[in-house]
Amino acid sequence: METLNFRFDSAPVPVAADAALCGVVGSGNLEILVRPGCEAAACAIEVKTSARGFGATWHAVLDAFTAAHAAGGTRIAINDMGATPAVVTLRLGQALSEYLGDAR
Amino acid sequence: MTSPLAYRHSWFEATARHRVAGLVDAGSFAEILPPAVSTPSPHLAKLGLPGAFDDGVIVGHGQVDGRPVLIAAQEGQFMGGAVGEIHGAKIVGLLRRALREKPTAVLLLVDSGGVRLQEANAGLIAISEIMRAVLAVRAAGIPVLALVGGSCGAFGGMGIVTRLCSAIVMSEEGRLALSGPEVIETVAGVEEFDAKDRGLVWRVTGGKHRYLMGDCATLVEDDIAAFRAGAIATIAPEPAPAVATLRAAQQRLTERLARYGSYRDGLEVWAALGIADPTIVPMLERDALVALKEGLPT
Repeated sequence: METLNFRFDSAPVPVAADAALCGVVGSGNLEILVRPGCEAAACAIEVKTSARGFGATWHAVLDAFTAAHAAGGTRIAINDMGATPAVVTLRLGQALSEYLGDAR
Repeated sequence: MTSPLAYRHSWFEATARHRVAGLVDAGSFAEILPPAVSTPSPHLAKLGLPGAFDDGVIVGHGQVDGRPVLIAAQEGQFMGGAVGEIHGAKIVGLLRRALREKPTAVLLLVDSGGVRLQEANAGLIAISEIMRAVLAVRAAGIPVLALVGGSCGAFGGMGIVTRLCSAIVMSEEGRLALSGPEVIETVAGVEEFDAKDRGLVWRVTGGKHRYLMGDCATLVEDDIAAFRAGAIATIAPEPAPAVATLRAAQQRLTERLARYGSYRDGLEVWAALGIADPTIVPMLERDALVALKEGLPT
């Protein structure tokens, strides 16, 4: 297992009352937990992944996501069991929209 | 209980969270130890394996048909629903809570291969604690229902836990046994049991066989709404434990072993039950199978 920590600048989102979880730690899948973070214009992400040596890929996928979507003011925790970049991006979008669904 | 296919929402394919959401009265579920405040397994982390925030089981309280229930739902996609230390402690804690809160029933949504081997002794102890807690809840007059219809079935220690429950609701897709097919093949050889023969596996462990044998009380379609309706129909007052009841159950099991113990396949058992053409059983719809069972000699 490898633990990776990232911080990306991202447009701020409202603070939601409840954390949001989506996905399952199953083969080729991952779970994502979104909670309120400390910095309004940044997104902190911690990844625990079963696949070692993919730090650069994670950085690229998460950098692209936080640039394209407003995710500032959140703290995201990921437990990964070998999800592909496409699955990661889809799940991030799903988790974030569930998190914001409570804030609206 | 049969609804058109287009309106069904498969229990087999749903995650544990979706099953719970569809089982309870809309919006009535409150999770105890939700992912944001829960801790992943420390044992898996030491072995370099990623954990899950909820350690593969969701526990909480809600209402079913307006009646208060406590619910534990195992997530089969995470490590085969296997029971580790935290996973087991959450289920035991829920069952002990039932002794205090006295809900109408406790519902165990079982989807598990048994003990989580990575947590060895902690998992084994957890299973024995769950078994004891299930019996304590039943002895307090609260029924414990097992719902089995996930991809991992109910095997190993969770197979025992399932059979300790007051009643079982199963779908055809669900499986219930002690040792899993692969375990039997590994230990006793492919001549004893061919785990790759999926038809055979289901004819020996699947929901239809368990229903015909009387192991599960209610057979339902692979549909979350059908599991809900089946659970509502199956919740019944828990009878007081009695030695006479246990002796009668032991007697039935002894007779069953004598009658069917030498058979190799569900087909032979079904023929002995009085089904004229047992080969049609795997193709029957749920309602047709229930009608077939009701017409059998007792």
